[in-house]
Amino acid sequence: MIISGNAVCVRGDNIDTDVLYPGAYLNVDDPQKMAPFLFEGLDPKIREELVGETVLVVDENFGSGSSREHVPQAIRASGITCVVGKTFARIFYRNCFNLGVPAIVCPEASAAAGKGSVVTVDTDTGVVTVDGQEFQARPIAPFMLDMLAAGGLVEWSRQRSA
Amino acid sequence: MAYTLAEKILLAHSDADEIAVGDLIMVRCDIVMANDVSGPVAFRAMEEMGATKVFDRDKVVMVADHFMPAKDAVSAGLQKRLKEWSLAQGVHFYDQGRGGIEHKIMIEDGFVVPGSVVVGGDSHTCTHGALGAFGTGLGSTDIAAALAFGEFWQGVPGTILVTIVGDKRRFVSGKDIILDVLAQIGVAGGTDKVLEFVGPGAEALSIDERLAVSNMAVEAGSETGIFPADEKTAAYLEGRARQPWEPVRSDPDAVFASKLTVDLDRLDPLIAMPHLPGNIQRVSDVTGKKIDQVYIGNCGNGTITDLRQAAEIFRGNHVHRDCRAIIVPASQAVYREAMAEGLLEIFAEAGLVVSTPTCGACFGGGNGAMAAGESALTTTNRNFKGRMGSGEAEVHLANAWVAAAAAVAGEIVNPAEVLA
Repeated sequence: MIISGNAVCVRGDNIDTDVLYPGAYLNVDDPQKMAPFLFEGLDPKIREELVGETVLVVDENFGSGSSREHVPQAIRASGITCVVGKTFARIFYRNCFNLGVPAIVCPEASAAAGKGSVVTVDTDTGVVTVDGQEFQARPIAPFMLDMLAAGGLVEWSRQRSA
Repeated sequence: MAYTLAEKILLAHSDADEIAVGDLIMVRCDIVMANDVSGPVAFRAMEEMGATKVFDRDKVVMVADHFMPAKDAVSAGLQKRLKEWSLAQGVHFYDQGRGGIEHKIMIEDGFVVPGSVVVGGDSHTCTHGALGAFGTGLGSTDIAAALAFGEFWQGVPGTILVTIVGDKRRFVSGKDIILDVLAQIGVAGGTDKVLEFVGPGAEALSIDERLAVSNMAVEAGSETGIFPADEKTAAYLEGRARQPWEPVRSDPDAVFASKLTVDLDRLDPLIAMPHLPGNIQRVSDVTGKKIDQVYIGNCGNGTITDLRQAAEIFRGNHVHRDCRAIIVPASQAVYREAMAEGLLEIFAEAGLVVSTPTCGACFGGGNGAMAAGESALTTTNRNFKGRMGSGEAEVHLANAWVAAAAAVAGEIVNPAEVLA
């Protein structure tokens, strides 16, 4: 699967899901209504950069802390097609794949990208292209590629229960 | 083949004949849990999966605890949805005033046994490692699939062996052990790994203290923080366990990702400074810092042990006039035990708010949020920016003695200084 978009960079290590989506707004259960709160505790102005298809570029241990799926739900609802980072916290990482928004581990691509960089990810080969420059990401397990191809865990499960 | 404790549990809950670190496997669940925040999002996803019934209603537990009692009409709606769904599915359901904080009541009510796999729509499901279970937090879509099919996908994690040696000194608790681990490996040092706690210092810990340790495994990025079951575990589960269990231990020749030691003979009361659980200092190095609110409670540190420690400090003392304090028993059982022991009287006399069991202000859900410019000292597990309300507030994490002492002094102090 080929995914692309313009880079929106959120810099800093250990950015937690509390600042990405503060606890006060966890009483929202409709994903479409979560998007307005994304980045609320970090910098609400980042939302203004989410125009068209975008790729979120992040640093180390992104998405640490709470398991709140509100963060990747809001990410998906905001038109972010994938997240490219140096490393990810485990629950955030799996939540992203479950929602069909791959989290790509590629420190070099993260470092190379700047605001508005054109980022393309080939999930099958793990090649990440940033403004024409190619980098190799950590490979994605076959099961997770299957799930991505289906569109996420909901769709993968629907095929299973059918 | 030699396996760690976590690997043995995962192997026994999969169809694989053998496993290695990094393998991606499907793991069967013994218990699936969610709450008023993660549950409704999961129910929506489960419907979209085309599943109408849970895989086994006896293995599903739903708990209203996050915005409970409801802070507003929207939160009340989530709890209504949780209740209606639970009654329709016939699963275990803990309503307002009948349970408390999910992880504590699941431990108390025997849902968690050694060697079992517990998944929860809450990152602090790692707390269940205290009883030797592979307890791990998942997002709502994972929980939806687990509710429907009774399994989840999982990479086999490596294990970091934490050997606890020596004897605890005065005013040192389970909280300080896990804060010491965070000081050693940082907030991402346990990513894709399990923490396993062994050694004489681990065996000497009570179940309540183990809860405090396991509770913050996820703060190191770990999947769970697990104590091999021993005599203490067996005694605790006597008359409580809902399913039979066998003790499981790591093989003597199991391969560990890394090993570290916590030396209790040298461990002082510690404190996590704003805004990261891994930003650890010794309490004695940061005394004098003004504290506006103390909060004693949460899934790992609202136990009767924590309440007794707090009562030791508050007996004959009062909350400082410039400070406010809230104490939150983790469950109805702890609340009633504290009442029977006269602890609630001590807290009320000292000027604390005694709260019903709830997640409440621990995650900024209400019941004690912080204003801009204020500082909190809590026994909770996260001090991220904005965690308890304003993004301009500060949160410090420490044990119940340290928290209670700060309430009395209105600033960070060594607990010995305020004992009446």
